[in-house]
Amino acid sequence: MSKTTEVTKDITILFAGDSGDGIQLAGTQFTNTTALFGNDLSTFPNFPAEIRAPQGTLAGVSGFQLRFSSIEIYTPGDICDVLVVMNAAALKANLKQLKTGGIIIANSDGFDPKNLGLAKYPAGVNPLKDNSLEKYKVHEIDVTKLTKECLKESGLGIKEIDRTKNMFVLGFILWMFNRDMDNTIKYITDKFKKNPAVMDANIKTLKAGYHFGDTSETFTTRFQVEKAQLEKGEYRNIMGNQAAAIGLVAAAERSGLTLFYGTYPITPATDILHELSRYKNFGVRTFQAEDEIAAIGSTIGASFGGALAVTASSGPGIALKGEAIGLALMLEIPLVIINIQRGGPSTGLPTKTEQSDLLQALYGRNGEAPVPVVAAYSPSDCFTTVFEACRIAVEHMTPVFFMSDGYIANGSEPWKFPTTDQLPTIKAVFAEPRKEGDEKFMPYKRDEKLVRKWAIPGTKGLEHRVGGIEKEDITGNISYDPDNHEHMVKTRAKKVENIADSIPLQKIDHGKEKGKLLVVGWGSTYGSIKAAVNEAIEEGYDVSHVHIKYLNPFPKNLGEILYNFEKIIVPEMNNGQLVKVLRDKYLVPAIPFNKIKGMPFSAAEIKDKIVETLKK
Amino acid sequence: MSETIEKPYTAKDLETDQDVRWCPGCGDYSILKQVQKVVPELGIKQENLVFVSGIGCSSRFPYYMETFGMHSIHGRATAIASGLKAARPELSVWIVTGDGDALSIGGNHLIHILRKNFNVNILLFNNQIYGLTKGQYSPASEEGKITKSSPMGSIDHPFNPLALCLGADSTFIARTMDRDPNHLRDVLKRANDHKGTSMVEIYQNCNVFNDGAFFIYTDKETKAVETLFLEQGKPLIFGEGKNKGIKLDGFKPVIVDLTDGTAASDLWIHDETDRVKAGLLSRFFDSPKTEGHLPRPFGVFYTESRYCYEDALVEQITTSISKSGKGDLNKLLKGSNTWTIA
Ligand code: SF4
Repeated sequence: MSKTTEVTKDITILFAGDSGDGIQLAGTQFTNTTALFGNDLSTFPNFPAEIRAPQGTLAGVSGFQLRFSSIEIYTPGDICDVLVVMNAAALKANLKQLKTGGIIIANSDGFDPKNLGLAKYPAGVNPLKDNSLEKYKVHEIDVTKLTKECLKESGLGIKEIDRTKNMFVLGFILWMFNRDMDNTIKYITDKFKKNPAVMDANIKTLKAGYHFGDTSETFTTRFQVEKAQLEKGEYRNIMGNQAAAIGLVAAAERSGLTLFYGTYPITPATDILHELSRYKNFGVRTFQAEDEIAAIGSTIGASFGGALAVTASSGPGIALKGEAIGLALMLEIPLVIINIQRGGPSTGLPTKTEQSDLLQALYGRNGEAPVPVVAAYSPSDCFTTVFEACRIAVEHMTPVFFMSDGYIANGSEPWKFPTTDQLPTIKAVFAEPRKEGDEKFMPYKRDEKLVRKWAIPGTKGLEHRVGGIEKEDITGNISYDPDNHEHMVKTRAKKVENIADSIPLQKIDHGKEKGKLLVVGWGSTYGSIKAAVNEAIEEGYDVSHVHIKYLNPFPKNLGEILYNFEKIIVPEMNNGQLVKVLRDKYLVPAIPFNKIKGMPFSAAEIKDKIVETLKK
Repeated sequence: MSETIEKPYTAKDLETDQDVRWCPGCGDYSILKQVQKVVPELGIKQENLVFVSGIGCSSRFPYYMETFGMHSIHGRATAIASGLKAARPELSVWIVTGDGDALSIGGNHLIHILRKNFNVNILLFNNQIYGLTKGQYSPASEEGKITKSSPMGSIDHPFNPLALCLGADSTFIARTMDRDPNHLRDVLKRANDHKGTSMVEIYQNCNVFNDGAFFIYTDKETKAVETLFLEQGKPLIFGEGKNKGIKLDGFKPVIVDLTDGTAASDLWIHDETDRVKAGLLSRFFDSPKTEGHLPRPFGVFYTESRYCYEDALVEQITTSISKSGKGDLNKLLKGSNTWTIA
């Protein structure tokens, strides 16, 4: 039977199944192949909170969304063209994400009475059989049976055979989108080097899935998404946490400092630890501490000793670190605190994304404790932004917050990576050893930026004491003097404000410099806002987009930009945090637009808000 | 340590220009003095010394030592010192803490530094009270202690600090006291010589809120019968004119009278490397009010040689570099799969 190929520009595909189904792996492999092919892409993995939630249940559904295209894209897609479901629960949980007329590929074995029951379909109801999916193109494949068939002579047990199901699906999807299997075969060969039987089985199943597309009569159409016209250059695919880890190694190299990473495992920040602990040959010292407080404590010690010290956590862990952040601020030593935000408060939604720790980063400490804050806006931007956090910390001798969130931490996109010499250098200023007869060392003497020198143990003649008690300016001795305290509080605040001199001015991402409506975002909402504003401008709406990376201090021209617009909306995945700060600082009537569902905004949601606001 | 000191320094050089602000008569003064006396004898460059403390009376210590110092936050000195030592293994790091700081708010970090065995010295000033906050019972206070926060007597059962540390696999535990300067200096030297986390409990008198807590071990009349000074390879002997000894009856320590013919060779011979015996010694912890109680041991209870965290950390880095070569940032930036858009 002849197959036709349909050329399309932009496809969003969602793989969904039990968290044990290997969905994330199939998604990642398809992503890598499609990246190597040269598409623009954006991914969004969505995990259940439990590692092994009961099989077949709605709570256990894991998803991996991938959008790839021949045009430039900014989000993993609002709505899917293709939904791949391994069982009934996966269908039920994700059907609302599928566009009308979209394609469903269903593993029919996952729709037996048991699975239907677990997915809470009423007895006797099977969505694959009752016409309820009329609006979609449904393809049932008995993946379980076909996999078993394909491996019946492999000598593997039922369980092992079952585990290769994801490869069948992957093979089929590769066929469907005209991609070759080479990259995946290479991956399997590498991964199962030590277990040739399993390696063969996976490759065999992958190929079986691919050929099933070719031979099965039900599938008549394949899709072709051409290469994207991205900026010229060499690209790789990168996830946010991976980018942050590499960014830290790069900052260590460009500052000539040793990277010390002290942390305690917490979702969704832990991948950075996993990544960094593999970079021992870069001299990276990772330290898995006994708790969040010890984690930041260790970094304070390391920083006091002259290392580029970094700790990471998510909201609850950051809360525990609060007192120690205040200490680092009093000591005026460099420290980078990474917050990979997740749904809060308390344990909240550990595997879901949110931007609800901005106020915590800005204000969540006792006393007057200003800390610079920078936020990454996309997976690859985690590299640039964490590097910048290190620069500010070292060059301004202060703790700095780097904010990311579950969405960009686990999401991926193509990255036109830099080479080492394209990266700026970071200049650490150490206090020099003193000779006999030199005047006494003054640990809190400052330069014109109000920055003190880094005086590390082992340097002759610099013996001095620091601590959390208020210091006398210049000498660093304990001081309870009222005037000195006020002076020091103001000095520490001014020191942070001065950072505004060393950061770029705020740019308008898209749109005019003056107009009716400005959409102001920060962090991971970048892609959705950009896509929405682009669309609205194309349709003739008067709207512009500003995305703030430097949240404390703000770029010097931010106020000016804000005052040039009649209306301002601030979309955030929280209950309104940046909006409060903007209103406070610039006295502008900015309007909050919030989504607090543990899910990123869709571009359509923001676009609708833009249109609605302009109509009012 | 093979370092040579260009210019030797003295106890005087270790004094700072800051007024010492402990209450007059506080045991901390004596400890400070002995530390300043002993440190110049250790062969460590002055600029390589770091004193890290938490919060509490004892934690003011770094301000009075002309070395690098950090007066950090409550309970966290151990965690901070761990990071410092991991980043800079060549430094000589000393942690000064108290019973509240180390055993209460910092309890978690204490047990973990012991198990990780960073090569640092911990000086735990135990005064069995919260002094800085003006006299509440501490996790080391005896049961039924009447304080401002326990007017009817504290309900808490106290920690036995050294037993706790031994339980956390500490590689060196010792006890000494503020009022025995010679012993204090000897123990400090031993602690510094030990490679690994050295835990030194120092009985320290808080003459304002818990005066006399340890007088029974320091007063002339009672010291001989109430204390037992441990010496490696020597029998456990104590008492007026060294007239008593301790013998092991199975696992049960019993006091014997040496005047009635028991030979010293029949006694328990102190062996610092014996973990089981160290465990028994740490349990010589009865209240001196108990009839027939055992004397309180002082000296080095236990020492064991085990790899230090920072050494293993550095070794992994060295191994990794020799195996896969020094990291190449360009390669890392590039990753393993790239494509080109022309
Ligand atoms: S309160 Fe007690 S421990 Fe504190 S300084 Fe005074 S006497 Fe010493």
